[in-house]
Amino acid sequence: MQKEKLETAEDIIICQNVHKWFGNFHVLQGVNITVKRGEVVVVCGPSGSGKSTFIRTINRLEEHQRGNIIVDGIELTNDLRNIHAIQREIGMVFQQFNLFPHLKVIDNITLAPIWVRRWSKEKAVQVAMELLERVGIPEQANKYPGQLSGGQQQRLAIARALAMQPKIMLFDEPTSALDPEMIKEVLDVMVELARSGITMIVITHEMGFAKEVANRIFFFADGYFVEHNTTEEFFINPREERTKSFLSQILTH
Amino acid sequence: MDLRPEVLKPPRVEVGLLGWLKKNLFSTWYNALLTIFSLAFIYIVLRVIITWVVHDARWEVVVINLKVFMIGRYPREEAWRVLAGLGIVVFLAALTWIFRGAKGSPVKRWLMIGWLLSFPLIGILLRGFSRENRFLPLVSENVWSGLLLTLVLAIVGIIASFPLGVLLALGRRSKLPAIKVICTAYIETIRGVPLISVLFMSQLMLPLFLPPGLRLGTVMRALTGMTLFSAAYAAENVRGGLAAVPIGQYEAARAVGLNKVLVMALIVLPQALRTVIPAIVGQFISLFKDTTLVVIVGLLDLLGIAKAVTGQREFIGLHQEVYCFIAVLFFICCYAMSYASRRLEKVLGVGER
Repeated sequence: MQKEKLETAEDIIICQNVHKWFGNFHVLQGVNITVKRGEVVVVCGPSGSGKSTFIRTINRLEEHQRGNIIVDGIELTNDLRNIHAIQREIGMVFQQFNLFPHLKVIDNITLAPIWVRRWSKEKAVQVAMELLERVGIPEQANKYPGQLSGGQQQRLAIARALAMQPKIMLFDEPTSALDPEMIKEVLDVMVELARSGITMIVITHEMGFAKEVANRIFFFADGYFVEHNTTEEFFINPREERTKSFLSQILTH
Repeated sequence: MDLRPEVLKPPRVEVGLLGWLKKNLFSTWYNALLTIFSLAFIYIVLRVIITWVVHDARWEVVVINLKVFMIGRYPREEAWRVLAGLGIVVFLAALTWIFRGAKGSPVKRWLMIGWLLSFPLIGILLRGFSRENRFLPLVSENVWSGLLLTLVLAIVGIIASFPLGVLLALGRRSKLPAIKVICTAYIETIRGVPLISVLFMSQLMLPLFLPPGLRLGTVMRALTGMTLFSAAYAAENVRGGLAAVPIGQYEAARAVGLNKVLVMALIVLPQALRTVIPAIVGQFISLFKDTTLVVIVGLLDLLGIAKAVTGQREFIGLHQEVYCFIAVLFFICCYAMSYASRRLEKVLGVGER
């Protein structure tokens, strides 16, 4: 009994048998995953398999229709208080950045802390500047997002998500919309973040990144996790045929 | 030989007046022909207009009646109140112009408060209190007329219909079926009916909806009608802007923890409204011109006054002068709005993607 309780405290995200349908299309077909506190998990899999939909159910951008999602001890239900509590714990970085184009870089970051966390403007600006330093673009603070390069925009998006001091960061293909020469600057920030001890779920096909920092790699296909393993084992000893063929496709280039 | 790019000069272009003329007006024989015909046409038209304006037109009808055009039947001994109201607006506008660069300074906040206060203040100034009041005796809005009435109808109509339109647009996109149906029905009904009938209806039907003690004057009823009418169109324009905000903006805003109200107020509406400035201003310009329709419910706006003036015995036959003058006044107001809209777009367009 005592042991089980400890385990739940250690597991920050628990998804049990999560299902979702888009109309008649069964997009999530019983997803199970448990992520430990401070763990960095990479999710890969063919496009259109539903991995993006899955990661978005964790912070309620998509509603799951069956199964349980428990984030940091709070169950994700239709209770708005639970939803908001969970959304405050989770930061998210999108493939298309989704920065607020009408706000300056600094205001993109301070907006949520000021309006949701009720910080004073001075405190929010101070924290925002520290975050901009951390992602390496402090000199861009007074520009608008549209004036930044793709890599800078994505780094700003990471800073914006971190401003709410989340316990968990979700990355939905953060480098897929970037020009090749900008991918590294974003991955560098993510590597630094991964080593800082924050819990991360990253959907990516950047296997170099996965090998460098991931604790475990999950392979997602056809609406569920086909298999998962520690980073070393995943590449050397894939068990399922589906995983093998996927790996051979992405690793040959 | 040095062939570094900076050494090369741009190709020579013909400059000066002659170069410009040749390039733009006489580049080919048919272009030259077109230029000559156009010049001849412009000359003929301008000659007729200038001859009429300078020689034939009898502008004294405008000069003599200037006050009538401006304030109509507003009592002459109280005319200072209109001037004072105008003074407040000019004063605030001048301050706004002077401090236009000071972004985020406290002066801006005070100016905003000043503008907000100015509307009720000017309203009280124009209308006054009771008949017995010594300082500001009552001037019922039923005697407001001329340009004054036109401006009051247009400005109050614009200011009241805009927020109402935003609410209707949000209501139409609401997930709650009752709100959605009510807003949609309202918008579609109003859009399916001409303004004239809305004005008639507001005169005849509005009293039925009001508590028995409350009686609105003709002007207030016309104003309500115009506002309700304009709000439906504003709603459709705003809805277009809302639809143009990418879904990713909602998602990102929710992902950083904003609730629904904040998502709308801080992220979606600012972007949506910016994209619809041209459409909204265009609609306000047509609202301004549509105020002339209040003539049919017996109000004397600028156009109504013009009609009254030309009907007088001593000014018979001077329609052209009067209506030209009115047209110029309308043009000045509408062009000012259109200019302001372009400026606003430019100022707000800084961070455009």
